[in-house]
Amino acid sequence: MGLLSRKVTCNSHGQDSSYFLGWQEFEKNPYDEVKNPKGIIQMGLAENQLSFDLLESWLAKNPEAASFKRDGQSIFKELALFQDYHGLPAFKKALVDFMAEIRGNKVTFDANNIVLTAGATSANETLMFCLAEKGDAFLLPTPYYPGFDRDLKWRTGAEIVPIVCTSSNGFKITEPALEEAYHEAQRKNLRVKGVLVTNPSNPLGTTMTRNELHLLINFITDKEIHLISDEIYSGTVFSSPAFVSIMEVLKDMKMENTQEWERVHVVYSLSKDLGLPGFRVGAIYSNDPIVVAAATKMSSFGLVSSQTQSLLSAMLSDKKFTKEYLSKHQKRLRNRRNKLVSGLEKAGISCLDSNAGLFCWVDMRHLLSSNTFEAEMELWKRIVYDIKLNISPGSSCHCTEPGWFRVCFANMSEDALKLAMQRLKSFVGSIAINDLSHQELKKTGRKNRTNWVFRLSFQSFHDREQDER
Amino acid sequence: MVAMSKIATGNGHGENSPYFDGWKAYETNPFHPTDRPDGVIQMGLAENQLCFNFIKKWVVKHPEASLCSAQGVNKFKETALFQDYHGMPEFRQSVAKFMGKVRGDRVKFDPDRIVMSGGATGAHEMVAFCLADPGEAFLVPTPYYPGFDRDLRWRTGVELVPVVCESSNDFKITTNALETAYEKAKEANLRVKGLLITNPSNPLGTILDRETLKGIIEFINEKNIHLIGDEIYAATVFMEPEFVSISEILEEVECNRDLIHIVYSLSKDMGFPGFRVGIVYSYNDAVVSCARKMSSFGLVSTQTQHLIASMLSDDDFVDNFIMESKERLFRRHKYFTWSLSQVGIGSLKSNAGLFIWMDLRKLLKEKTFEAEMDLWQVIINEVKLNVSPGSSFHCNEPGWFRVCFANMDDQTMEVALLRIRTFMLEHNKAMVPRKLCSRSSLKLSFSRRQDDFMSQSIMSPHSPLPQSPLVQART
Repeated sequence: MGLLSRKVTCNSHGQDSSYFLGWQEFEKNPYDEVKNPKGIIQMGLAENQLSFDLLESWLAKNPEAASFKRDGQSIFKELALFQDYHGLPAFKKALVDFMAEIRGNKVTFDANNIVLTAGATSANETLMFCLAEKGDAFLLPTPYYPGFDRDLKWRTGAEIVPIVCTSSNGFKITEPALEEAYHEAQRKNLRVKGVLVTNPSNPLGTTMTRNELHLLINFITDKEIHLISDEIYSGTVFSSPAFVSIMEVLKDMKMENTQEWERVHVVYSLSKDLGLPGFRVGAIYSNDPIVVAAATKMSSFGLVSSQTQSLLSAMLSDKKFTKEYLSKHQKRLRNRRNKLVSGLEKAGISCLDSNAGLFCWVDMRHLLSSNTFEAEMELWKRIVYDIKLNISPGSSCHCTEPGWFRVCFANMSEDALKLAMQRLKSFVGSIAINDLSHQELKKTGRKNRTNWVFRLSFQSFHDREQDER
Repeated sequence: MVAMSKIATGNGHGENSPYFDGWKAYETNPFHPTDRPDGVIQMGLAENQLCFNFIKKWVVKHPEASLCSAQGVNKFKETALFQDYHGMPEFRQSVAKFMGKVRGDRVKFDPDRIVMSGGATGAHEMVAFCLADPGEAFLVPTPYYPGFDRDLRWRTGVELVPVVCESSNDFKITTNALETAYEKAKEANLRVKGLLITNPSNPLGTILDRETLKGIIEFINEKNIHLIGDEIYAATVFMEPEFVSISEILEEVECNRDLIHIVYSLSKDMGFPGFRVGIVYSYNDAVVSCARKMSSFGLVSTQTQHLIASMLSDDDFVDNFIMESKERLFRRHKYFTWSLSQVGIGSLKSNAGLFIWMDLRKLLKEKTFEAEMDLWQVIINEVKLNVSPGSSFHCNEPGWFRVCFANMDDQTMEVALLRIRTFMLEHNKAMVPRKLCSRSSLKLSFSRRQDDFMSQSIMSPHSPLPQSPLVQART
């Protein structure tokens, strides 16, 4: 067999990570209310399924957008032929206006500075190709979205160096953490090209504070590096504090004519805010015309289908619709998040206080048999195979503390969520019983303890398996 | 201040090539029949615009193919959420079926080997990423599509080594040329990983015969290198000889299938470049698996997957479309080449593609690429036609131009031909003053229209133009 490239044989696509193994398990045995009520409930997929009725009702009221028509004339041919990598002007305008609306119109965006790409996956990779190459690194606060390992590193050759954030301060970015990451990169002989943050954060579900944003701006100014702000969840902020975009802070600091202004780039997408991941609508926004020019040419490798640009141009230009959508949708997210939080509370589980996103960052440290990642994996396997919930272990998000899990809440029905919480409650209940006996055993000596606990959990795993068969 | 990457600041995007200069001239002064009758006519864009009314009829009759219509909206949510990089099963199945039909159902394609990409542009880059590491090389027969310089090399770091083909044998790909290129790469210390062929050829508009294809398969097996077959123009073969796909040859000769990969797209065959439907079809499982993961960077919008799946599952539509498209391409090609021959312009004999490989060597002041550029400037600025100079396709011989004929309506074609006739008459007058080149003969040529062309051809009761032999063969 002819040799293939190193990219084929290496693991940088990241798909051997546990993040994806849970998905595979889910696919073998997916929950269905009617057909498979005992199946695995998917809580590892950050999808937004709460507001399709709003989209569908807009479609029903706007038949022209649906049928390749504009002002009664067919635009099929025009769309079929439109492959200009500058994108459909009307769509870019509607998109930047939507982005401004999400930011309470405290910032405005210039449609000439936006580059359309096939999803945020493509946007992040393209930006990386523009800003970094082999031997370079970007600093990312942990925990971070596992997909970044593939999107930022795989084909670009760039590296990621973590900015370690911990539960001691709610996982906020600190100056010492930034400096430590920078020095770690230097120790590895990597040239730091920039920082990439996700704001609102995946997997934390929190928005960055003004303090953190100031910290970042000072850091990139001092080090003369880039800042990429992935704001893909900006439209999912459902409670205070309100979303503060990096662009807003730069404006407040009157930095529009500085070099830093041109080194800050925003990534966006409609996959989370509108719930349209299948349509592959991503965007890069930059104040640096050279970045815009280079990224535009690169977008040839993953343009947005003209058919999709046309549809969304009509939808997002309808300001009455966007206003109503954002308001209703955010309310629904808040309600759903509250249901998850209270369900977890009933099971004696807490999570990081969040105001955005489609998930919660859940604290299961007290359920670990030991403060190790092995114990986290053990617990995760029980949750996936035993309780039949697919959630994402913190280690897959590069969290440095074992015991945290990302649990999604917007990609299932309310009943499925209720069921998931019930399953979790019973599971925790059974562990509590183990714990009690566990306490008694303390007296019998430390050596035997871990074996005994392990045996118990192992046993219960197999007992369930037997039941299933 | 920290720099951007070398990739971003370099010239690897290839947009400083003359191929794009003509486009710029067009963009500043584009032809329009009423608003800008003196504007530049675009003949440098290989688009297929001949069948839109045919396709539109289908679209109007099938509102359910649009996710957003009342008839299709019940599928909206599940489709909008579907981001699985395997692609929608019905999309893969319908594309596999279409690819088979385009090859006369002589081969079957496996839907599970179909991987999506951001157009053929994305497909080529993806295949390069899978097959080669930075510093390694692909062999590409000249002349070739200028976009390959960007698609295969820019972000991948892969090199291209030309397999030089000559006009003396109609630019055929000989084993000799392949060996020469391979040796050249070796001398330059480049490890050759594969050979990329475009069949039907852009810019030649010709197809590879069986013998050549077998020779190529033999060559790549012997050298143990990959073969990438870009078959993006497969359905544009409008005349005999019949198209022979790599997929067919595989059934006829011994070959290591792990070396074979096909790139496809709906941009040319169907005229849908805006929908970004690119396909990588590999016979190598590891490549399919890796490419599929990479396809995350350029998946086809599910809104479009849904439309295409509906359209291409309609067997009647597909069968009729393939026939109708060939018919229209045949007619347009025949009329265009005949009209050119009337004013002494020849082109490479071709039976496919959306363009002809025009021979203007005798119009060159001298046999140099500078002279070719001079002539090209004249064509753009004086004749006001954007055509593509052969040098931008890495042709080794000056004087050839690629001229597209399928991206305009009949009226625009007439204006283009009129301008060419005028130019040639002026040129002939300037070259050799003769009595024939008087005003009266000028008037005569002006009156030549499609009717004259038609009156010289065999009339059939149903169509004013001779039927494509390919079409006749079917009935």
